[in-house]
Amino acid sequence: MHADAVQARLTQLFRDVFDDPTLVIRPETTANDIAGWDSGRMIELIVAAEAEFGIRFTTREVDGMARVADFVAIIAAKTADRP
Amino acid sequence: MPETKDWAAATAAPPSWDGLVALARTRLDPARTNSLARMLHKACPDGPPPDLATRPVRLAVLSSSTVSHLLPAIRVGGLRRGLWIETYEAPFGAYAQDLADPASGLHAFRPEAVLFTFDTPHVTGGLSPRATPEEAEAARARSLDHLRRMWRTARDAFRCPVIQQTLLPTALPLMGSNDHRLPGSRRHAVPRLNAAIRLAADAEGVDLLALDEAAALHGLAAWHDPVWWLRARQAIAPSAAPLYGDLVARLLAAGQGLSKKCLVLDLDNTLWGGVVGDDGTAGLVLGPGSAEGEAYLGLQVYARDLAARGVILAVVSKNDAANALDVFDHHPEMLLRRSDIACFLANWDDKATNLRRVAETLNIGLDALVFVDDNPFEREWVRSELPMVSVPELPEDPALYAARIAEAGDFEALHVTEEDRARGAHYAANAVRAAAIGEGGDLAAYLDGLDMRLIWRRFDAVGLARIVQLINKTNQFNLTTRRTTEAEVNALVTDPHAIALQFRLVDRLGDNGMIGVVIARLTDPGTYAIETWLMSCRVLGRGVETAVLTVLADVAIQAGAHRLVGRYRPSPKNAMVRGHYPGLGFTPLATEADGTETFRLALADYRPGPSPIVIAQG
Repeated sequence: MHADAVQARLTQLFRDVFDDPTLVIRPETTANDIAGWDSGRMIELIVAAEAEFGIRFTTREVDGMARVADFVAIIAAKTADRP
Repeated sequence: MPETKDWAAATAAPPSWDGLVALARTRLDPARTNSLARMLHKACPDGPPPDLATRPVRLAVLSSSTVSHLLPAIRVGGLRRGLWIETYEAPFGAYAQDLADPASGLHAFRPEAVLFTFDTPHVTGGLSPRATPEEAEAARARSLDHLRRMWRTARDAFRCPVIQQTLLPTALPLMGSNDHRLPGSRRHAVPRLNAAIRLAADAEGVDLLALDEAAALHGLAAWHDPVWWLRARQAIAPSAAPLYGDLVARLLAAGQGLSKKCLVLDLDNTLWGGVVGDDGTAGLVLGPGSAEGEAYLGLQVYARDLAARGVILAVVSKNDAANALDVFDHHPEMLLRRSDIACFLANWDDKATNLRRVAETLNIGLDALVFVDDNPFEREWVRSELPMVSVPELPEDPALYAARIAEAGDFEALHVTEEDRARGAHYAANAVRAAAIGEGGDLAAYLDGLDMRLIWRRFDAVGLARIVQLINKTNQFNLTTRRTTEAEVNALVTDPHAIALQFRLVDRLGDNGMIGVVIARLTDPGTYAIETWLMSCRVLGRGVETAVLTVLADVAIQAGAHRLVGRYRPSPKNAMVRGHYPGLGFTPLATEADGTETFRLALADYRPGPSPIVIAQG
């Protein structure tokens, strides 16, 4: 899946998790930029992303996730064989 | 549960409590579950809405690992049942200190229920694969002793229900299928400890959260994920939180008598395959001969087994009654009999109307009904008309009907009593009684002919479980709706300043079992205040209360009393007993701001009212 498509779906997912229908995320967005992005919300994001894209993150991948761009890159790589 | 049609629209405006309950009854993934918990907090920042029909519960979760990701789901599980749950989590790794220290946050929280949830490494850590059989046995016994100590400490400190979660089979095998041959196998220690926990918990009056059985049903991977265990010491995966919260809330709701009591079944394509009006009795698909026929029979087996443990069965079907009954009377593969069905409604009225009739006929609340129908239209109609009725979403394949009803957990129960096991027969006999009244018309003559005998005794150990059950689940004929614990009831057995009586009713048609409880306490010299008076709805309208007062007055006079004081405390469900005390000859004393009324009866002036009921001590 192309990075743009991934980011579009991630935007919706972030909006659901943060209860904010107008939230905008950028590749460089981190936990510092979104109110309420704490460790609990990080769990929600990961669980929701795994369900949304039908993938599983490895322990190392989760350890390395800080920016939205990290989410996008890993998801795009794991869904490379899908349109 | 059904899907929400439009989550964004449904959550755009801050919903009311009822709106939140409705959302909680739709299918929720982990993110929506947490989102709903946040909405709940926003809508009710200061605690439960004031007019809640259920009793709020403060639940302390004492865990050896992380549980903060499960607490919102527990609160949402409560919301789904109209129940406010406040949660407390012990500091990480410090549940035992929290419990032991009277100055701890746990003690300040004053829990009304305590849930112990321990990860498997925590409980089996003392076992070494090198252990001899004796060492392994000793290690398992130490683990069990630790649990027992925790239970007792919690109960002594808080006098509240204690729930113990069983262990998840997360330990890896060292041998394989025959791991039980390795004395120190942690893998095999899990089922052994779970079996021991069940026995010990029963002996200690502790309820279980059977996570081992949930894992057997859904697979361990659905419950435990090594990634989350390593990342955050979460023994239960975040993706399992919604179901976990629901299982916990079921137990708390069952403790308050909020579990459902009656399974209402549709007929065509639910209890059998085909439409009897079109296909005729002989043309129906039911029983051996086809897999589909076996599937419908499977639902009948499940319904019969539920009835055997106390769930009432009813039928609501759009059918000509003669056609519907013909199947019950003449289809050779029908497992359920007419006499299994306490209320049988086959007509052309809409199903919501008929469900109201079921509740009226059986004298139970609409919120005690579970409605099972293969037709999505009927399910939606009932959900919209009667949101308090539980309507499990059924799959297309009847092979899965019974399992889906079981998974919904509507009939969660903590105890089973003799009365439960005999209930089906009670209600069937009641249906005969009701029919007799309907036909005969003369109620007094009918009651006279029933040969009713009221058998009373003081509280005792034998009746304990049923007494607690009656007190905690009776809503309608309940003057004060005061709930209790087994420990409190047990204390009444020997309390010299209390009159605590249990009543059974036997008549020509059968033994109704224990149907009434009265508790009165000596408040002033010569005065007994009736703090609890309740009766099972099975015996309403039969003048039993007059006979109960005769017994109570007699016992009170012998205890030296001059007067009885009765209280009526209104609840959303007990309006039917507002006139209870005046009707028995009590005079009004006072009315409080919350509508509670008090009444007195001077025993010197009391003359027992006429009654068709013979009284006996037994």
